[in-house]
Amino acid sequence: MISDTLTEPTTRTADLKVVPARHYARWAAAVAVIVLVAQFTHGLATNPVWEWHVFRAYIFSETIVQAVWVTLQLTAYATVLGFLIGTVIAFMRLSRSPVLQTVAWTYIWIFRSIPMIVQLVFWFNLSALYEELGVGIPFGPVFWSVDSNSLIGTIGAAVIGLTLHQAAYAAEIVRGGVIAVDHGQLEAAAALGIPRLRQIRRIVLPQAMRAILPTAGNEIIGLLKGTSVVYVMSIGELFYQVQVIYGRNGRVIPLLLVATAWYVVLTSLLSIAQYYVERHFARGANRTPPPTPLQRVRRFVESQRLLATRQLTEKT
Amino acid sequence: MNDVMVDVHGVHKSFGPLAVLRGVDLRVRAGEVTVILGPSGSGKSTLLRTINHLEKVDRGWISIDGELIGYRRSGDKLHELKERDVLKQRTHIGFVFQNFNLFPHLTVLENLVEAPVSALRRPRGEADETARRLLARVGLADRADAYPRQLSGGQQQRVAIARALALEPKVLLFDEPTSALDPELVGEVLDVIKDLARTGTTMIVVTHEIGFAREVADTVVFMDDGVVVEHGPPTAVLDAPQHARTRAFLSKVL
Repeated sequence: MISDTLTEPTTRTADLKVVPARHYARWAAAVAVIVLVAQFTHGLATNPVWEWHVFRAYIFSETIVQAVWVTLQLTAYATVLGFLIGTVIAFMRLSRSPVLQTVAWTYIWIFRSIPMIVQLVFWFNLSALYEELGVGIPFGPVFWSVDSNSLIGTIGAAVIGLTLHQAAYAAEIVRGGVIAVDHGQLEAAAALGIPRLRQIRRIVLPQAMRAILPTAGNEIIGLLKGTSVVYVMSIGELFYQVQVIYGRNGRVIPLLLVATAWYVVLTSLLSIAQYYVERHFARGANRTPPPTPLQRVRRFVESQRLLATRQLTEKT
Repeated sequence: MNDVMVDVHGVHKSFGPLAVLRGVDLRVRAGEVTVILGPSGSGKSTLLRTINHLEKVDRGWISIDGELIGYRRSGDKLHELKERDVLKQRTHIGFVFQNFNLFPHLTVLENLVEAPVSALRRPRGEADETARRLLARVGLADRADAYPRQLSGGQQQRVAIARALALEPKVLLFDEPTSALDPELVGEVLDVIKDLARTGTTMIVVTHEIGFAREVADTVVFMDDGVVVEHGPPTAVLDAPQHARTRAFLSKVL
């Protein structure tokens, strides 16, 4: 007979056995998903359309590796410059000067409104806009000038385009981070007489980083893949080169796979970097920081080993 | 010690249509402890914040040790100071916040040396030494490398006091230093403030701790509705209040 009360005189609490709940639906779903994944993986490996031998031939080929390098350079320049300019624009928008505020707001408004590809083509045709660039007195005489196309090559135009686009988004991300910092922090810094720039660099930005990093990570990963649109300017980055090669040999699918593999690898590396940078800026946020995945794995292995040795000693 | 350290003269302050300070006069002599009491909304915190120019005054002026705060006088005009000069003046005025406002991403020691190094250009080694001495004084010598969130509220407020002291200010301002603390942690913070009072630090303390006011204050100021209603030695103000509003307030809190 089953009893459902603890007050049943014949049973003691200590003797009651705990039976975990049985999640039949969950198990069924898991099995179904595993079957689908297995099917897909099997297809990837066996379907001749993927042409894995072509993939292998090109993945580390010189052209592709060089193209990856160009992609990385475009990403790095646009990230660094974009966030530098973006930070300045963010603080302009946060400043008390209505002129700076308006200029910053307008910049963000314009560059968020223009599709990146349209902007890139604009810069590509820079010489049509400004034939010569010079240094002189505003609205006055020019002392020194240079032909704009010779000053800014195609790559330069791409970097400018990506940077200006990125700066508008970065400005909003940085501003979001700064306004997320508790107002009391600024008051405390002001009350201590800490110089203004130092307040921003030492007190505000490190704390703002916690809110900035997750979205900035998104943006940088988006940018890495976004660099593929500069193929319209015939710059030899990853996607452009892949197109050139499959235009020549017609192996579209395996070469798209080559590009995909590189984008996945680069994105993964960025994600890992983001994890550790976020961790760095989280110092002081928790009483005890959570272990890194590596530490977690190491701890797990150690506990397993301990368990194994204990069982061994128990047996003997 | 009869020289006036803090001189508040006819200070008015409004936030939009709300007049928070309506002509406040206050004098604090060097080495004295002044406790400001009053119901919430009476303007006592705002007054304290005008003294180190965290709030600008609409009318009137404030001077510390004979130096106008936030303004420079030439003839009968007051010229507003640039932020850089205001920041310099603030290094002479220690401020302790209700919510501590320690920098959570810096260790306790870094919290203490930040302002001396960046604002007063002290060498790091010297600032470190001063910081450790001050931490010992507030009983936290062993927590120098902890982060603020690893400390209890009472410990955090003691660090905040040490941080304010690190600039060797002429006057220390406390804005309800124990209001954010659990009751059992209030004592340790008040003990630190009492110890400072004994060593002749000029202090203005906004608080609700009547017992503390009675024990430590040289002068008690009672504020209500943006004005100083009455002031005097604690025995006079707390035990024989002259004004009906003071009596009404004390009857509620005692």
